[in-house]
Amino acid sequence: MARALAAGETTSVELTRAALDAIAAVDGLVHAYLHVDAEGALAQAAESDARRAAGTPASALDGVPVAVKDVLATTGLPTTCGSKILEGWLPPYDATVVARLKAAGLPILGKTNMDEFAMGSSTEHSAYGPTHNPWDLERIPGGSGGGSAAAVASFQAPLALGTDTGGSIRQPGAVTGTVGVKPTYGGVSRYGLVAMANSLDQVGPVTRTVLDAALLHEIIGGHDPFDSTSVDQPLPPLVEAARQGAAGDLSGLKVGVITELSGEGYQAGVLARFQESLELLTQAGAEVVEVSCPHFVHALATYYLVMPCEASSNLAKFDAMRYGLRVLPEGVESPSAEEVMRATRDAGFGDEVKRRIILGTYALSSGYYDAYYGTAQRVRTLISRDFEAAFEKVDVLVSPTAPTTAFKLGEKLDDPLAMYLNDLATIPANLAGVPGISVPSGLADEDGLPTGFQVLAPALADDRLYRVGAALEAALEAQWGGPLLDKAPTLEGAAR
Amino acid sequence: MSATETLVPFTDVLAAYDPALGLEVHVELNTATKMFCGCPTGFGAEPNTQVCPTCLGLPGAMPAVNRVAVESAIRIGLALNCEIAEWCRFARKNYFYPDMPKNFQTSQYDEPIAFEGWMDVEVEGETFRVEIERAHMEEDTGKSLHVGGATGRIHGADYSLVDYNRAGIPLIEIVTKPITGMGEKAPAVARAYVQQLRELIVALGVSEARMDQGNLRADVNLSLAPKGSGVLGTRTETKNVNSFRSVERAVRFEMQRHAGILGSGGSILQETRHWHEDTGVTTSGREKSDADDYRYFPEPDLVPVAPTREWVEELRATLPENPTQKRARLQADWGFSDMEMRDTVGAGAFGLVEATVAAGCPPQAARKWWLGEMARRANDSGTEIADLGVTPLDVARVQALVDEGSLNDKLARQVFDGLLAGEGTPDEIVASRGLAIVSDEGALNAAVDEAIAANPDVADKIRDGKHAAAGALIGAVMKQMRGQADAARVRELVLEKLA
Repeated sequence: MARALAAGETTSVELTRAALDAIAAVDGLVHAYLHVDAEGALAQAAESDARRAAGTPASALDGVPVAVKDVLATTGLPTTCGSKILEGWLPPYDATVVARLKAAGLPILGKTNMDEFAMGSSTEHSAYGPTHNPWDLERIPGGSGGGSAAAVASFQAPLALGTDTGGSIRQPGAVTGTVGVKPTYGGVSRYGLVAMANSLDQVGPVTRTVLDAALLHEIIGGHDPFDSTSVDQPLPPLVEAARQGAAGDLSGLKVGVITELSGEGYQAGVLARFQESLELLTQAGAEVVEVSCPHFVHALATYYLVMPCEASSNLAKFDAMRYGLRVLPEGVESPSAEEVMRATRDAGFGDEVKRRIILGTYALSSGYYDAYYGTAQRVRTLISRDFEAAFEKVDVLVSPTAPTTAFKLGEKLDDPLAMYLNDLATIPANLAGVPGISVPSGLADEDGLPTGFQVLAPALADDRLYRVGAALEAALEAQWGGPLLDKAPTLEGAAR
Repeated sequence: MSATETLVPFTDVLAAYDPALGLEVHVELNTATKMFCGCPTGFGAEPNTQVCPTCLGLPGAMPAVNRVAVESAIRIGLALNCEIAEWCRFARKNYFYPDMPKNFQTSQYDEPIAFEGWMDVEVEGETFRVEIERAHMEEDTGKSLHVGGATGRIHGADYSLVDYNRAGIPLIEIVTKPITGMGEKAPAVARAYVQQLRELIVALGVSEARMDQGNLRADVNLSLAPKGSGVLGTRTETKNVNSFRSVERAVRFEMQRHAGILGSGGSILQETRHWHEDTGVTTSGREKSDADDYRYFPEPDLVPVAPTREWVEELRATLPENPTQKRARLQADWGFSDMEMRDTVGAGAFGLVEATVAAGCPPQAARKWWLGEMARRANDSGTEIADLGVTPLDVARVQALVDEGSLNDKLARQVFDGLLAGEGTPDEIVASRGLAIVSDEGALNAAVDEAIAANPDVADKIRDGKHAAAGALIGAVMKQMRGQADAARVRELVLEKLA
C-alpha cells in the first residue's frame, strides 16, 4: 500500500475509505472495533494526500490507515480497555505510540476490541461482547488483542497496534493468520498504555506482512523520556533486516528449537506446520538445533503470579472518584466513599478482572509476598538465564506460537486454567523481556485454521525477528502462491 | 481525652519510666517540578491547575524520576552523615485514599536512598546523638477539603473537594532510630532535633522547610519502658505536629498520658494520634499495628536509581557548613552571649542577622533591630520577620546612617515605617520624609534659646548646677524640631548657654 501511495496509484483517502467501507460491511459479524472514527480518519487521510502531493510525506507509511487497540490512550476517541468502568472515557492525552502514528501521518481508523484490561486469551472477556475470528465466525480471534488481529485478518485495517503482556499480539496473530510482533521490553514506549502488568506489557504491530510490521515498528519504536523504562538507544535497522530476510538467504544463522515448547500438549496440525517451517529455514541455509530451556515449564505459574500482582495495584485507581463509571449503591441514603467504590467496582469490573485483582491482592499481602511474588521473581530470573544460555548457542529460538488453533467461542470460558494454557509458548518472552514475532505458518490439517510460527531473539536484537520472519514468509508464500490471508473465507464487502 | 485517661505529673513519669522517642520528619522539597512529572510545584495556586495525566494518575500515564529531587535527597542524606545507596528502587505502597490519585503512593520501602546516619543535638549544653535509620524519597498526596460540616472534617460534611496540586510533590522522609537515655530532656530533645533538622534543611537550600505551610511535618513516636529495664515499650505515633513548641508539648503530653495508663495497670494501644494545638492534647486516630498491609512491591514503571560515586562526591563537595558548627563560629565572631545567641536562633533571626552583619552592620546592632524592632512589628502584623519586606541590606544601611549621625533611633524607626510601607530604599525614605537630623547650628541655637526662654524655672535649676534637669529642655527642643535634632549636641548647647 505504501508503495502504491508513493507511486501515486492510490490515495490515502481511497485506502481509508476502503477500510471504512469494509468496517461498515463486515464488522457487524466480526466485531473487531469498539469505536470507529470515520470523520477523523478521512480528515487525516486528506492531510496525508496533501503532504504526498507536496512531496513531503511524514514517513514511509504516511497515509496508510491503522487501527489501535482500545488500551492505548487517544484524544478525541474513547479509551475503554474493553471495560464498563471506563465506558465513554475520553483521555486528555495521546499515548506516545499514538502521537507517533499521528506524526508519521497514519490515519487512525478507530479502537479495536479486547479482553477487559487485556485479561484473557480469547477476547470473550470484553465487556462489549466478543470478537469473532474471520476464518470461522464461531471461533475466538485470540486474545487479548483479538480485535486488532481480526481487523487486519478481515481487511478492515491494513495495520493495527496491539499490546502483548503474555502473548496478546502473537497468539491472536497465530490464530488469525496475521503477523504479530512483541518488541523488546522497553523498545517501544508504554506511556499511555493502560497498564495490566507494567513489567510485562509491550506495544507492538499487527500486520499482514513481516515488512509492514517492520515499517510500523520503526515508527512507534525508540526512546521516550516519558517512559523511564524505555531503552535509550537507537532501534536496530528493522526494515533493512526484513528486506534482507525476504531475499531468502539465512546461511550462517543458528536456529534453536525449544524442546519444552514443541511436543506434548500441541495440536498435531500445529506441530506439522511447525516442522515444515523448520525445513524451509534449513533450506534457506539456517542450521537448526534443539535447545532446552528447563525453567520454561514454570513460566505459566510465574506469569500468573507476577501479572495479577501488578494488575491488582494498577486497577486500584478505578475508584469512582475522578473519571469513569460511578455507581451509587442501592438503598443507601448517603453512601460513603468506600460504599460508592464498592458498588462501582462490582458493576464495572468483569469476572476475569475481579479474579485477577483478588489473586494479586492475596499474593502481595504480608505473609504471602515472599512465598508468591518473591518466588515468582526468582523463577523469572531463572527463565531469563535460560534465554541467556540458549542465546549463547543459537541466534534465535523458535516454537509454535500457540499450542492449538482457534477454539470455539464459549468453549473455555468456564475453565480459566485451560484458557491460560494458550499463552504457554508466548509467556517466557514477556517474563524475560526478549522480543518475539508470530508469522503465519499455514493451516492445520484437522480444522483448516491458521497456525503460527514464533521466533524469539535476544533483547534489543529485534532485527533478527524480521530477518527470519521475512525469510520464512517468502518461502511459505512461494509454496502457497500468495499470502495465507488470501485463503481466508470471503466476508461480503471486505476490501481485499 | 477520655475519662479513663489521667495525666501523671511529669516528674513522677520520670521516677518510674524511661522514655524512648522516634521521629519521622517529612520534608517537602522545593524542586521546580514534581517528583515524577514536569508539573510546577508553586504554593497557593488555584486548585487543580498544576496537574497532568501523571500526577493525576490517569490510566496509562507513567512516572519519570526528577533528577533534582534525587540530588536533594542525596544532599540531605550526606548532611545527616548517611550512607548513600549504590542502587535503590521505588516501591508501591498500596492503600485507598480519595486524595491519592493512583490509590498507591510511590515511595521507597526496603531500599532507601540514604541510611545509617546521625545528627548531634544540643540541649542545654548536653549533646545527644540521634541516629538516623533512613531517609527515603516519596511523593506527596493531594489535599481534601470537606465542605458543609462545622468542623472541616469529613464527618458531617455535605461534600468533599480534592485539590491535586500537591499530589506528586517530592518528599523526603527522615526516620530516626529509637532515641533513649534522655530522661527529663526527652521533650526538649525532640524539639531541638526538629529545630536543628530544619536549620540543616534550610542551609542546604532544598526546602523552604516552613512548618506553618506544611513543608516540614513531624510525626512523633513515643513509648515508655519501666525505668532501667532497657526494653522498648509500645509506642503511639502522633501525626503531623506542626510547630517546634508543639513537638515538645506533644512528647510531654504523651509521656504523662502513657504513664497514667501504665500506672493504672492498663496497656498502651499502638495507634496513631492527632495533636490538638489549641488544647494541647492528643486524641486517638486510627488504630495501627505492624500488620498494616500496604502490599509493597517494586514500582515496575521506574528504573532503579543508581547514583554514581562520582556524583555523590560532587554533591558532598556542595554541602554547606554544618549549621551547628557555623553557629558556634559566628557566636564567637559576634561576641554574643549564649542567651543572646539562643534568642536570635529562637526568633528565626539567625540567618537575617548573619546577612545583616555581612552587609557591614555591627553584630549587636543587627541583633537589636531584628529581635527588637522587627520582631515587634512581625508580632503586630502576625507575620514572620523574614516576611516583613525589610531586608538585611536595608537594616545595615539604616544602622550605617545612625552610625554616621544622620539618623537617631527614633528617626530610624520612621525609616522602617517607610520600608514597611514600600516607600523605597532607606535613603529615599530619609529624603522623601525629610528625616535627616538637623545639624544647622543656627536653627539649633534658636530652638535652644526659645526653650530656655519658655522654661525659666528649669533654666534656673540648671544654672544652679542641677544638670539632670537639662532633660526637660532637651525634650522641648526635640519636640519643636520634630525629633530631628542630635540630642547630644542639644545637651551641649543647653549646658553651654546656662553655664
